[in-house]
Amino acid sequence: MRTRRPMLVFSLLAFGYAFLYAPIVSLIVFSFNESRLVTVWAGFSTKWYSALMHNEQLLGAAWVSLRIAVMNATLAVILGTLAGTALVRFGRFRGRSALALMIGAPLVMPDVILGLASLLLFVAMEQLIGWPTGRGMTTITIAHVTFSMAYVAVIVQSRLVRLDPSLEEAALDLGAWPWKVFFVITLPLIAPALAAGWLLAFTLSLDDLVIASFTSGPGASTLPMVVYSSVRLGVSPEINALATVLVLLVTIGIVIAGISMQRRAKHS
Amino acid sequence: MPSPSSSDRPQRGRRSLRQRLHLGRGTVAGIPLLWLGLFFGLPFLIIARISLSEVVIGLPPYSSLVDWTAAGLLEVRINFGNFLLLVQDSLYLDAFENSLRVAAVSTLLCLLLGYPMALGITRVREGLRVPLLMLVILPFWTSFLIRVYAWIGILKGNGLINNFLLWLGVIDQPLHLLHSDFAVYLGIVYAYLPFMVLPLYATLSKMDESLLEAAADLGCRPLCAFWRVTVPLSLPGIIAGSLLVFVPAVGEFVIPDLLGGPDTLMIGKVLWTEFFNNRDWPVAASVAVALLALLVVPVLLFERFREKEQT
Repeated sequence: MRTRRPMLVFSLLAFGYAFLYAPIVSLIVFSFNESRLVTVWAGFSTKWYSALMHNEQLLGAAWVSLRIAVMNATLAVILGTLAGTALVRFGRFRGRSALALMIGAPLVMPDVILGLASLLLFVAMEQLIGWPTGRGMTTITIAHVTFSMAYVAVIVQSRLVRLDPSLEEAALDLGAWPWKVFFVITLPLIAPALAAGWLLAFTLSLDDLVIASFTSGPGASTLPMVVYSSVRLGVSPEINALATVLVLLVTIGIVIAGISMQRRAKHS
Repeated sequence: MPSPSSSDRPQRGRRSLRQRLHLGRGTVAGIPLLWLGLFFGLPFLIIARISLSEVVIGLPPYSSLVDWTAAGLLEVRINFGNFLLLVQDSLYLDAFENSLRVAAVSTLLCLLLGYPMALGITRVREGLRVPLLMLVILPFWTSFLIRVYAWIGILKGNGLINNFLLWLGVIDQPLHLLHSDFAVYLGIVYAYLPFMVLPLYATLSKMDESLLEAAADLGCRPLCAFWRVTVPLSLPGIIAGSLLVFVPAVGEFVIPDLLGGPDTLMIGKVLWTEFFNNRDWPVAASVAVALLALLVVPVLLFERFREKEQT
């Protein structure tokens, strides 16, 4: 069966990948279009890239998004690692099922609910204790951490489950304190999972429109919020140029990650 | 606490070690519990509370449930009107029904497209599999919004498809593709395809090839072997992938908003409109409560049931 129908397998795969990539390719091609009409070719031009470079609003929003994404990813990795460790290594403890539920739930929660829930909490907190005053980057970051730490916890959990516990046990037997065992033995072993979790949390935050729209305030517009409001008004070649830059950055990142992973695999 | 030297550890250290272990564990589990309890658990109590209040003009725009009246009476006002509205106004029921239908059909389409892809990736030679999988994941790392945006340029009246068909002479009027249910299906399948392919690939690649050979030896033709061996064995992947597509698709906002028409009702969009356009927080909260009860809680229970069955 595996060699009898190579053509069928090939054409199915080709169709699937064409479906996945045709829209992205069309975005990139028309970002170099001279005309403002995105879909009518009028000659090669890079003017939309220079327009993008001078679009203060988009650049400002990108900077806001980037700062939120970095803060979010860092906090999510710390909290997610704590949660994952507790769930895998502590056996049964009080609050375990609550923790497991609250790690599982954000993964199946529609973002409109998460956004609304977070916003209502911030409004109620401001009324009761006066913090957070207004909404902006802080509230967006808190809301992002709350759902992306769940993804990190799942990644850390799956790595910890596959980890050989005898290394940690040996260190404990030799008299090392648990926190030392964690930092010297466990952390280096789960480092790839932490890196993957950081990148995932970073991307989730950078990509989120719905939760950020609910929890942001005046003066804190993230990149997806600005893109969304400009897309609603119609297609614009500047957004195509922005998309091309993003695709390029992601591709470079993934290729570098792939090469370093292969190198690591060869060394070990 | 200073760390005890190794000589006095057996006598003095025993109890404090226990205590410290306990304290350490409490901190490790306690910090994420506290965070999630405060920023994830508590908001749902607030949502439930606001869904029972009335909309008022002010900030925040909802009434409080408990009030001290001038006569010193404690007055509790619980308003079930929002939930009655959800049942009585056909808008909300239609939106729910429509979301479930759109999500179910899109999930099925994702499965039909994703299964052959996942199976195909397991059938290519070893060295090609990881790059092919990477190519499935790559679009996921680029912006979701921009992937949806790409379809606007392709589908709109003077977009790529219409221009191409006009040029071929197949049609003389541009087709109405954008702002339709068709565009919403297309957008959801496109955006969520990777979530279907990855779990399917994970189960299919673990499958023992010798089972297929055994089936062939016993006289089962390839198609029969596919239905009776491959599909049943990949069921966990099918379920996982379908959930990963179906659940977010039900509450989807961006795709129906950008690709759907004015009559494309989906519950995520209804919640958004109630909140941002009508500024009716109590109704938005009750839509969220209903969505939680009808979608999220059943899915969580199902997941839990599946986990128990597997262990």
